[in-house]
Amino acid sequence: KVAGAGPALARPPSSGVGAAGRPSVAPGVDRTALLLLAAYRTDEGQPWVLPVVKKVEQMIANDHSLNHEYLPILGLPEFRANASRIALGDDSPAIKENRIGSVQSLGGTGALRIGAEFLRRWYNGNNNTATPVYISAPSWENHNSVFVDAGFKDIRTYHYWDAAKRGLDLQGLLDDMEKAPEFSIFILHACAHNPTGTDPTPDQWKQIAAVMKRRFLFPFFDSAYQGFASGSLDKDAWAVRYFVSEGFELFCAQSFSKNFGLYNERVGNLTVVGKDAENVQRVLSQMEKIVRTTWSNPPSQGARIVATTLSSPQLFAEWYDNVKTMADRVLLMRSELRSRLESLGTPGTWNHITDQIGMFSFTGLNPKQVEYMIKEKHIYLMASGRINMCGLTTKNLDYVAKSIHEAVTKIQ
Amino acid sequence: SSWWSHVEMGPPDPILGVTEAFKRDTNSKKMNLGVGAYRDDNGKPYVLNCVRKAEAMIASKKMDKEYLPIAGLADFTRASAELALGENSEAFKSGRYVTVQGISGTGSLRIGANFLQRFFKSSRDVYLPKPSWGNHTPIFRDAGLQLQAYRYYDPKTCSLDFSGAMDDISKIPEKSIILLHACAHNPTGVDPRQEQWKELAAVVKKRNLLVYFDMAYQGFASGDINRDAWAVRYFIEQGINVVLSQSYAKNMGLYGERAGAFTVICSDAEEAKRVESQLKILIRPMYSNPPLNGARIASIILNTPDLRKEWLVEVKGMADRIISMRTQLVSNLKKEGSSQNWQHITDQIGMFCFTGLKPEQVERLTKEFSIYMTKDGRISVAGVTSGNVGYLAHAIHQVTK
Repeated sequence: KVAGAGPALARPPSSGVGAAGRPSVAPGVDRTALLLLAAYRTDEGQPWVLPVVKKVEQMIANDHSLNHEYLPILGLPEFRANASRIALGDDSPAIKENRIGSVQSLGGTGALRIGAEFLRRWYNGNNNTATPVYISAPSWENHNSVFVDAGFKDIRTYHYWDAAKRGLDLQGLLDDMEKAPEFSIFILHACAHNPTGTDPTPDQWKQIAAVMKRRFLFPFFDSAYQGFASGSLDKDAWAVRYFVSEGFELFCAQSFSKNFGLYNERVGNLTVVGKDAENVQRVLSQMEKIVRTTWSNPPSQGARIVATTLSSPQLFAEWYDNVKTMADRVLLMRSELRSRLESLGTPGTWNHITDQIGMFSFTGLNPKQVEYMIKEKHIYLMASGRINMCGLTTKNLDYVAKSIHEAVTKIQ
Repeated sequence: SSWWSHVEMGPPDPILGVTEAFKRDTNSKKMNLGVGAYRDDNGKPYVLNCVRKAEAMIASKKMDKEYLPIAGLADFTRASAELALGENSEAFKSGRYVTVQGISGTGSLRIGANFLQRFFKSSRDVYLPKPSWGNHTPIFRDAGLQLQAYRYYDPKTCSLDFSGAMDDISKIPEKSIILLHACAHNPTGVDPRQEQWKELAAVVKKRNLLVYFDMAYQGFASGDINRDAWAVRYFIEQGINVVLSQSYAKNMGLYGERAGAFTVICSDAEEAKRVESQLKILIRPMYSNPPLNGARIASIILNTPDLRKEWLVEVKGMADRIISMRTQLVSNLKKEGSSQNWQHITDQIGMFCFTGLKPEQVERLTKEFSIYMTKDGRISVAGVTSGNVGYLAHAIHQVTK
């Protein structure tokens, strides 16, 4: 808890708080810099329903042959197949060899939870709650809770963020993997690491994969920003696909909240890659049992939207375009913020703003500087110094840059 | 080699397995009386008019898709509580309750089960009626609780074993958890009468049990939402602070949209706030926040007077069709010349009917007549139509004469 932080930050909200958790802005301050929301905003600071989503929703609304019957336990088949295809790639050897499975889930969180529940029951023995689970330091705060509530007793962190150099602590990460007990589970962010925005390079991923293979460590990818990070689906899925090509069995929890803007429809998918079809079938049959006692079968609306979009070449192209719009705006805000800070001569280096990727940036502001930003400048960011780049607009860039400059120069 | 070599193949879901087999059958007279989804008199899924109207309203409003709060859509949860408790309920008006949106009935049950596992320290035991919905047991088990049972259904009479139930319940260790079906018991269709509910409330109160109501059929059972919620409301009036799960799958036909709610009746509004905070802490690592679509449809229906009226008429229509199929089945059985007592078919209520058929008879129905139901002899009356009720009666007579 950050001393002096406003009520909205007493418990870091990040995603899932919605309207109830939005802090009030000072009068006269134009909706500035609500930089802690975990959702995309337009340059007008508004939520954005993707045009392709509006179109497909209208198609669904007009199709009176559709009803509200239960989906199968594992979800809408067209959604599952397309969602996994997006993650693994059209030419994925795993798909060709029919050794993948998919579980439609309630958002990325739901996919993580089903995967975690399965691993606790069936991985590294039966009901082995002692298998260590490694989560990056820092990570999305809900990762910890997911694995704790799934029953794991030994949750550890692995080195990730190097605060001094404002980048990836690769050596620390690799050391942790060398020292981790065999069969430990590692939660890896597929791209656009939350909250740091700092991803390993392909070369670094190769090193990571090599250690994990040698030490029999289990890769559980969290892919919440595919397409949203770089604007390219393939680029943002590179790490997952590399691991698959290296023969790993892995899980990948996918979210379509951000890249489809379908936050409140809870559209996610757990992709399972196994050695062969027979193993995957048994895994899915057990995941079915877990789903049945958690939500029975998943919600229909969001899956229909995604399935319809992904299975039509035309709609897919429109979607890709919409995704690129979001990614490009974020990239623009990054470069604009960095250039302003450098023009102002703000102490320190600011290339990390553009080196980092995705929705979030670890500014490097310390808790006191964050407090200054909130109290004096009414700019709301996380105590960790994490900002949501989507909260930046052409209108508030100057104000935010100046405020960061003040915070850094006035407060040490 | 694979990490998963030792993973066992899970057994097929008994209820869904029935539908799988049904789909493969090529007999034109086949009937699927397995799964509990309403069908109209043509055997087709039924999308309620009030639902279509609510959907049109939603489509025209062009709302954003921002995350809901963890506890769900406030207009929905408040309307859901009011629907269950009644607008004049003291518990409702005083605000001494918390209702969170859940993933239909299953998700709401699971939230409650997890909540009890974490915060109800007096007991790990959940007492289910014998029999109960098949999924109750694994839900509570996966939440970390233990399952026990109390007598409920009397197979000799195909009705309530009231004395057996009272006897068993009076012996349940104090402060255990007892699950009750609010109405339209699944799978038997056997509900206590109001005088029997009063006695059940008294013994439950005497044993100081924590009451967990599962209400998946409000409105769908008798056609009257107040009548179907009577037991829940009576218990609360008797000072029993129940927990309750609701589903809108059947009564609004919102099956795949997963609209449901979990409610805890508390001592006061302050306690309710604390309980809510803990429910949110349970929900967040499960799926973060709930899906909007179904809850918004339900909320618009419940909160728009004209649509609410229309809904009440439609849900009564569904209940009435089911009641009439029960009546027709019994009269057709008589016409077939059956000498058995089939009164339980019309005494029972809701979507399901425990026919009393034995596994061998069920197997014959499937093999010889392509009529599919679960092995326990449960049929989904919703799958019966005026077009096939005669065939069904004929088949049942053949295997029971």
